[in-house]
Amino acid sequence: MSNYIKLIVLGLVAIFGMIAANYARDVAYMVHAMIVTAVSVGLFLWTLRHTDEPEIGKLDLAGEYMDGVIRYGVIATAFWGVVGFLVGTFIAFQLAFPSLNFEFLHGYGNFGRLRPLHTSAVIFAFGGNALIATSFYVVQRTSAARLWGGNLAWFVFWGYQLFIVLAATGYLLGSTQSKEYAEPEWHVDLWLTIVWVAYLAVFMGTLIKRKEPHIYVANWFFLAFIVTVAMLHLVNNMTIPVSIWGSKSVIVWAGVQDAMIQWWYGHNAVGFFLTAGFLGMMYYFIPKQAERPVFSYKLSIIHFWALIFLYIWAGPHHLHYTALPDWASTLGMVFSIVLWMPSWGGMINGLMTLSGAWDKLRTDPVIRMMVISVGFYGMSTFEGPMMSIRAVNSLSHYTDWTIGHVHSGALGWNGMITFGALYYLVPVLWKRERLYSLSLVSWHFWLATIGIVLYAASMWVTGIMEGLMWREVDANGFLVNSFADTVAAKFPMYVVRGLGGVMFLSGALIMCYNLWMTVRKAPAKEASLTVAVPAE
Amino acid sequence: MELYTILRQFADSWMLLFLFSVFVAVVIWAFRPGSSKTYEDTANIPFRHEDKPATSKEARQ
Repeated sequence: MSNYIKLIVLGLVAIFGMIAANYARDVAYMVHAMIVTAVSVGLFLWTLRHTDEPEIGKLDLAGEYMDGVIRYGVIATAFWGVVGFLVGTFIAFQLAFPSLNFEFLHGYGNFGRLRPLHTSAVIFAFGGNALIATSFYVVQRTSAARLWGGNLAWFVFWGYQLFIVLAATGYLLGSTQSKEYAEPEWHVDLWLTIVWVAYLAVFMGTLIKRKEPHIYVANWFFLAFIVTVAMLHLVNNMTIPVSIWGSKSVIVWAGVQDAMIQWWYGHNAVGFFLTAGFLGMMYYFIPKQAERPVFSYKLSIIHFWALIFLYIWAGPHHLHYTALPDWASTLGMVFSIVLWMPSWGGMINGLMTLSGAWDKLRTDPVIRMMVISVGFYGMSTFEGPMMSIRAVNSLSHYTDWTIGHVHSGALGWNGMITFGALYYLVPVLWKRERLYSLSLVSWHFWLATIGIVLYAASMWVTGIMEGLMWREVDANGFLVNSFADTVAAKFPMYVVRGLGGVMFLSGALIMCYNLWMTVRKAPAKEASLTVAVPAE
Repeated sequence: MELYTILRQFADSWMLLFLFSVFVAVVIWAFRPGSSKTYEDTANIPFRHEDKPATSKEARQ
């Protein structure tokens, strides 16, 4: 019966998509309408093919974890990671060598169009898929329950991939709200809202039917990430479309309020997407890989609540010396500095989980990867509050220092903890005894680490240099340097940054090969080992 | 007083006090007597039920 409803809905969406493609006012909207039509026609045929089929051999899966969707999530994470790193490396070289903004790609493949593609690919496609996959894995294991909602988890996975494709094609074709990390236009935002509500339902549903009396701390972080991102997304995308047949929309907030809401969103995207969600990963995968429980569970509770109470206020530090009232930017600055406490509390909790097992650092490159990610978390959460101080910000803002800071956090913390989680998950999910090669993991580790160091160091040098050059005045109070002077002076550092990107990308490619070979070649786990052994 | 000023004064006085007290309460609650034993059990959740969901018989209340 439900298939008939599905068929009606898919048919209506397909017809609407065709009408929309016909009436479309801009190319991006037309392409999106055609993608939606193609997807719904494909799903229509697939559903039709499976309607009224006799139900033979339907298994009762309640006694198994739902791991298929997580396997897909692991593959999507690795795939989008490589895509995002590749685009990032290319645009790094575009900045060093502007002729890479090819004539024939003008309007589609120049730096301005590719940059949001890069940021969204790494944050939302790579990071988002990693978060969805690991949260589904962790919530099942720590709740001792199968995912709630049946195939809803598959809807979340494929719906999120559709969101990524719509967002990416939109950027290239010029459909953007010009809000950092919130570029997708209204129709894509609406789709993400539907997918996100389904995600929340699957996660909450699993928590509610859990078989453990307590909710493990990793799930607290994952839940905070899902709920807060929903709130941020809704408030920052309050737009009114100019036409239902076009991608352009107008935001209801105006002026400085709009700026404040954008950076309330932007900084909490960092705080809850890139921090809280990935801390959920840290609190599960580090104890698992180290084979010992987290250092202090009390500290993890205080870490959680302190992070939640503080992060939400830090946004105004992006708007020092603007039309924003002084009290608001001071508030943002103060809360950013207080954030040192929970951030470092969490870092200590992650690192000290290894106490008594430090020897594993020498023998296990996967735990080395997780530990350096927590190290980078500590480093970038030290650097961030420092840069939020108004006096420091007057030097660092608008310079490459900011870009270096973001990348030591994103490549070092988010990238490395995700790589660690992937190395943990692939043998478990594909029932292999071990990874294909640990020495390839070491290669990945060192390539990525040296790549990040090259990236961050060159951006510190070029950022502080251009900040100092911009503010340099002569005896009469005239500016000494033109903007073009700073661009010329930055060239060597831009090349070093690009090379750092090449190293990080090569490491990721080695990881993909290693994971592929783990599935293909590593010895399978013996059948007897897969039988569940009661914990006590 | 206009709405902006009322909200702003409320936010940086009573609301701030309220949120701060909630946080202090959470910290005190985390250190309540007997919590160490509970948390030791909770911290070991990742090491149970790795391969299969718990059956209703195994469910812990």
